[in-house]
Amino acid sequence: MSILMKLIRTLQNIGHRFVDRIWRLGAGGRLFWLTLASSGESLKRPWLVIREVYFTGVLSLIIILVSAFFVGMVLGLQGYNTLQRYGSSEAIGVLVALALVRELGPVVTALLFAGRAGTAITAEIGLMKATEQLSAMEMMAVSPVSRVIAPRFWAGVISMPILATLFSMVGILGGYMVAVPLIGVDAGAFWSQMQANVDWRDDIVNGLIKSVVFGVACTIIALFEGYDAPPTAEGVSRATTRTVVTSSLAVLGLDFVLTSFMITV
Amino acid sequence: MTQNIVEIDNLSFGYKGRLLHKGINMAFPRGKVVAIMGGSGSGKTTLLRLIGGQIKPNKGEVRVDGQVVHQQSREGIYQLRRKMGMLFQHGALFTDLSVFENVAFPMREHTDLPESMIRDLVLMKLHAVGLRGAHKLMPTELSGGMARRVALARAIALDPEIIMYDEPFAGLDPISMGVICDLIRTLNDALGATSIIVSHDVKETFLIADYVYFVADGKVAAEGTPEDLQISSLPFVHQFVHGEKDGPVPFHYSAGDYKQDLLGSQV
Repeated sequence: MSILMKLIRTLQNIGHRFVDRIWRLGAGGRLFWLTLASSGESLKRPWLVIREVYFTGVLSLIIILVSAFFVGMVLGLQGYNTLQRYGSSEAIGVLVALALVRELGPVVTALLFAGRAGTAITAEIGLMKATEQLSAMEMMAVSPVSRVIAPRFWAGVISMPILATLFSMVGILGGYMVAVPLIGVDAGAFWSQMQANVDWRDDIVNGLIKSVVFGVACTIIALFEGYDAPPTAEGVSRATTRTVVTSSLAVLGLDFVLTSFMITV
Repeated sequence: MTQNIVEIDNLSFGYKGRLLHKGINMAFPRGKVVAIMGGSGSGKTTLLRLIGGQIKPNKGEVRVDGQVVHQQSREGIYQLRRKMGMLFQHGALFTDLSVFENVAFPMREHTDLPESMIRDLVLMKLHAVGLRGAHKLMPTELSGGMARRVALARAIALDPEIIMYDEPFAGLDPISMGVICDLIRTLNDALGATSIIVSHDVKETFLIADYVYFVADGKVAAEGTPEDLQISSLPFVHQFVHGEKDGPVPFHYSAGDYKQDLLGSQV
């Protein structure tokens, strides 16, 4: 094969991939719109959403809480190590709380959510497609978007801020366990400095806004990947991998965008 | 009311540059069991999807109860589908729901019946397929034949006018095959429905069908009653009905020169 032919092939492949990405973006946007449009019908039957909150939220609790505790403890150790050099080890409570509420709580929760609940959603929807369950639903004149997709979407959006809040709370507890009983920082200083310096609007509400946005992004990505997966074992497996990769990148990218809007210089 | 509940008129359908159907005409009279037969990949299941409005034809039309399927809005198609029940090849049962809930699913979605009535109806449907005693089981606890019977109970949950079967005998043991065979005919007659069977199992299909269409090369290659087709001298029908290895449908998939393939360096 001549060099020119190879070059043309390469350009064709790049072009094909680019068009495919654009197509998938459009298809994802369309599914997002259809999900919002079908939400009224699903929300009329709240038990469908509650059931999914259990699967995506409650079953993710263990991994979220255990991770939060360790993240909090590490923050406590690292924070103390740095702050003591400047003689401000009492500020450890503020450091742990701000790091968790503003950044680590929403971001790490979203990453763990994508890995635990997101992959489960993608695999479930992908397998439902592969075993013709979605087609069967269509043939029964039941919309899979309103019966399967929308309840899972709202479950993800509801679960994420709750999980992120719990992550921050348990993380702070982890930081406290290291800073106060282990290292010996004054408990009063730990809590009072935290109370004085963590702002409701700027820190807590902004953290919650982030987790809601991450909830929307992670859940719709997981749902789309499952819904769009080729109905084969390999197709579902690849879709599951894509869920983790795309969700993680989306969370980190969105975190930068949101933070840049939230921080007033 | 038209005599034929489903009519396929000069239908052409294809994708990715390949034409799967080239001007197909079929009619499915009310109350009859009509079979569509043909080799694997001949587009039999696609015909069911076209009747159900899951895909649109490139040319021609499918009419269900006098209404052109592809001209309907989404709501219109859903209205038409409420007249249909479909049995998928592997049952397509909802794996997160029990047998009872699978059969109750269409009733819960489309009716406001009280729970006690849903319970009675579900048990009646399951009784009809001989699986009333299995109503508490989950789909993973069922054998292939049982799963297909539960799927059949679900397909007839709302007493449809049309019941479509996609390869209902595939992969079943002889006993299950006989049971499904008998159920298709019995339920069709009991419900006064029209059954459309897509299959390549000649013996079972000929046993219960009133009329058979053979599809090959995107066209209706032959049609008639099972008795007519059994003695047909058409080469394709003869090969298919008698399971001959070679004939109009070649044993080998289209390929280049054998010697060239073996001696050449590229696959």
